[in-house]
Amino acid sequence: MHRLQQLYRRLEARGLTDEQRRLIEFELALVERSGDPQQAHRLGPAPQVRSLYSYADPDLFGQGLPSPVLSMVAAQSLDHLLERDLQREKDGFPRKIRIGKLVKPGRDGDDKVVVIPTTVEEKLIHDRLREDEEGEGGEGQEAGEGGVGEGEEGEVIGEQPVREEQGGGSGSGQGQGGAHELESTVYDLGRVLTEQFALPNLRDKGKKRSLTRFAYDLTDKNRGFGQILDKKATLKRVLQTNIALGRVQAGTRIDAGSLMVSPKDRVYRILSREKDYESQAVVFFVRDYSGSMAGKPTELVVNQHVLIYAWLSYQYQNQVETRFILHDTEAREVDTFQAYYQMQVAGGTQVASAYRLVNRIVTEEELARDYSIYIFHGTDGDDWDTYGEESLPELEKMLVYASRIGITVAENGIEGARRSEVEKYLTKSGLLESKKELLRLDVMPKDSTEARVIEGIKRLIS
Amino acid sequence: MELISQHAKGIMEGCKDRARQAGLRFADETLEYIVTNRDLLELGPKVMIPTLYDYWVQDVEVLREQGRYELYPNNPYETVINTRPPISYYNDNNPDWLNVMIFYHVIGHIDFFQNNLFFRHTWEYDFTGRALADKRLFAKLRSEKGRWVDYVIEFARTLDNLVGYFDLLAAGEGTKPANPMSLLDYYFDVFLQRGPNPAVSRYSREIERYNQMIRDFPGDGETRFVKSVIEQYAELEALYARKLKEKETVGRTDPLRFLMAYSPFLHREENRWMLMILEVIRSTSLYFQPQIRTKILNEGWASYWHDTLFLGDDRIRGHEVDYAIVNAKVTSMPRVGLNPYALGMRLFQYLEEQADRGRTGLAYFQTTDRAARQRFDRATGQGRDYIFHIRQSHCDTMFVNSFIDQDFIDQHRLFVVGKRLNKERMTWQYYVKSRKAADYRQMVADSLYHPPRVEVSVAENGALVLDHLFEGKPLVRDFIGGVLLGLEFLWGGEVHLLTSVPIPIKAGRGDDDQGREETPKRTIEWKRFRYTMKNRTLSRTLAE
Repeated sequence: MHRLQQLYRRLEARGLTDEQRRLIEFELALVERSGDPQQAHRLGPAPQVRSLYSYADPDLFGQGLPSPVLSMVAAQSLDHLLERDLQREKDGFPRKIRIGKLVKPGRDGDDKVVVIPTTVEEKLIHDRLREDEEGEGGEGQEAGEGGVGEGEEGEVIGEQPVREEQGGGSGSGQGQGGAHELESTVYDLGRVLTEQFALPNLRDKGKKRSLTRFAYDLTDKNRGFGQILDKKATLKRVLQTNIALGRVQAGTRIDAGSLMVSPKDRVYRILSREKDYESQAVVFFVRDYSGSMAGKPTELVVNQHVLIYAWLSYQYQNQVETRFILHDTEAREVDTFQAYYQMQVAGGTQVASAYRLVNRIVTEEELARDYSIYIFHGTDGDDWDTYGEESLPELEKMLVYASRIGITVAENGIEGARRSEVEKYLTKSGLLESKKELLRLDVMPKDSTEARVIEGIKRLIS
Repeated sequence: MELISQHAKGIMEGCKDRARQAGLRFADETLEYIVTNRDLLELGPKVMIPTLYDYWVQDVEVLREQGRYELYPNNPYETVINTRPPISYYNDNNPDWLNVMIFYHVIGHIDFFQNNLFFRHTWEYDFTGRALADKRLFAKLRSEKGRWVDYVIEFARTLDNLVGYFDLLAAGEGTKPANPMSLLDYYFDVFLQRGPNPAVSRYSREIERYNQMIRDFPGDGETRFVKSVIEQYAELEALYARKLKEKETVGRTDPLRFLMAYSPFLHREENRWMLMILEVIRSTSLYFQPQIRTKILNEGWASYWHDTLFLGDDRIRGHEVDYAIVNAKVTSMPRVGLNPYALGMRLFQYLEEQADRGRTGLAYFQTTDRAARQRFDRATGQGRDYIFHIRQSHCDTMFVNSFIDQDFIDQHRLFVVGKRLNKERMTWQYYVKSRKAADYRQMVADSLYHPPRVEVSVAENGALVLDHLFEGKPLVRDFIGGVLLGLEFLWGGEVHLLTSVPIPIKAGRGDDDQGREETPKRTIEWKRFRYTMKNRTLSRTLAE
């Protein structure tokens, strides 16, 4: 907190616009209320009020029957379902299967993501009338719930931090297994994404290096058994055998019918492992987890990064190296996607801190020599460094080595339809035009759908 | 899936005897199965009906964020299904005392299924048998028509929440072939009330004139009156004739039935097989309709009986504490939230007590003195009979609206919880919003299942028109396209949907400078829109 105040004073000394000051004060106030940002980043998920119809016998009587939701998953193979979906398109109906993730939040950091095909059956049903949306301020008064017990009218009986309402979808669909489970399911998701949405491939830029990846091809020959009979080679061997046996004499006419064929004479082509060559890449995922990211922006960014991560894992057969960086006013690196995925928001915003950390990692580990480097940065576009005085130089450094930098601005809607700082200073710097091949920006409105998120990925990597 | 052991079956039969003695009525035969996780793998997607038809959506997780229970009026997770005989599911390691408790609960459900009038149309057949026949029909059609069967199933299912359930109930009543509306009724009920602002004075003047004629001419007063109005309004008879004709259409609020009766596309020779699918989807949906409309009653009834019967059962001995724990889990009111088991059971207990003291009649309700009301006790002992009557003739909406009163709210200290944003602390605060019975009733009523009401007709150009009755709620907009697409396919031509959409009006932009936390309070205005699906493209225009 003290550090943040100091930073604020320093910035103020340099001069701030009114709008800028308000923005910083807003985030500072958020920090003040939630205490130490380091702690606040770790807040758990919110409790959920159950629907009237979600109460059911087996559940309540502790019969311990598993949820039928689990059983719905993948009773048929994913491929079969997707094939069916493709056929729909040919028949002139829109596709219906989407790729969904179920996230089960866990208190001590064991959130798990399970990838599943999902669909929705459209029907005419009543919608809830949303007069006040979360995050848009206002006296959010909803229809209400039932309650029981003590308390005068008007008395507050419970509280829940606003920030908590974020993160992935709720629900079950939870299997056992450690963090590696995420890997296998994102791999699946990526495969689907690559096929389903025809994502364009990343351009290879790094050095060609042999990775132990194999392709299988009918290149080797084998005697006795195999997949395809090599007729010419077989005939040669038959002749050799018969010459050796003295059944074929030079100068005489050969009677093909009387040749002896030993089983070993048959020569086949057989499937064999071939080494494949691939380029190497390292991908930095950078996420803003400052206070203003609460709710939808975080969800959008995280969702997009899950998808990119999934797709990369597939496209590069888990050979991509990934690094995860979170930043508020300071940046930190976390080890796993899990941690990256579920850290809660708090604190102020300084984009430059994250860029600086990326640059440091790249220089210290000399990544630029051997790897194509990709950087995906998700933010709501707020930056205390209004004119990008610190961010832009760092960004330019990154542009020297990076194969692609994709910046996603997910609008937080706090300030209406105003363009965000990051967007403004990026446009102003002209880098978006001059380095078009290397730098991409995608601005998503707050109410973006999954389809829009995928569209965003296309923009970032096309 | 295997039957429970003979030992457990013995317990079940014992429970049935005691339940019968207490007054519950149900058929002799029941089936109890032990299910393993593996069985549930197949049962879950088929909403616990083992013989339900196959459909690809059962293999896919269904998105549940939006209106899960509005979309699927059937709980996918029932322990008892309403078949003949009723089937219930258990896991195999319950101790005996818990089985006794669950059996009583299950018997409560069975009694409810077999006596509540909203289930009347399910009494005459065994749904598992029918479902099996349907499943075979689909399998056969699939072998002939391939994937198109699944498309038709899909499109039919987009409408399966709008089946004319109440028409079906009304038809079962035996009151259906009621005499067609007489000219006199038409004159008063329709003709006089046409136009946007029918004058009440004119209506009452006519009533008075009618009464006068009846008094003046006891023999033929009515005929004279009718004659006089026909003379007065030349167009009346023509309009009346048209009205009578109009009545003949079926399925005006039941799109699937309407399609089956009138769709030119479905009646083409090569498409007739689709009618069978529509019928299966519709009847399956009708079968599930009463379940979701009686959630509070049904669970309340079952909970009431497991509590009543098990407490009076000698097999509880030594397990009182165990029972208390399980029972508390099932029937306790959450501090925030609405547990249908708890609410239903408390209402039944409350009503039994009220009726025992004779507090259900006019005499009680006309007692306005608070003290006298509290003392009111006729000691009629009619409580049981009264709740049996409610179990037979009510659904959730009626139950909630008729019986949640202030005494009940006070007795159980219920309240409506509000949620508001506290900007100072940046938290959502839950607070006691109201302890008034009317508010609580409204809150419960709002959370009940309520599909939209849609009236179907055909426009002059042959397009199908769905008219969504405005009830202060919009439709889920994302779904409209998908529904109309299917409907266009089944109708074989253009389809329209009329519905109201809330348009937000941004109020005064003047106070913009108050900072980011102040957004102007949003108000909305309702506008009627026409969605048109033509050649698989959706468009929206302002109607009126």
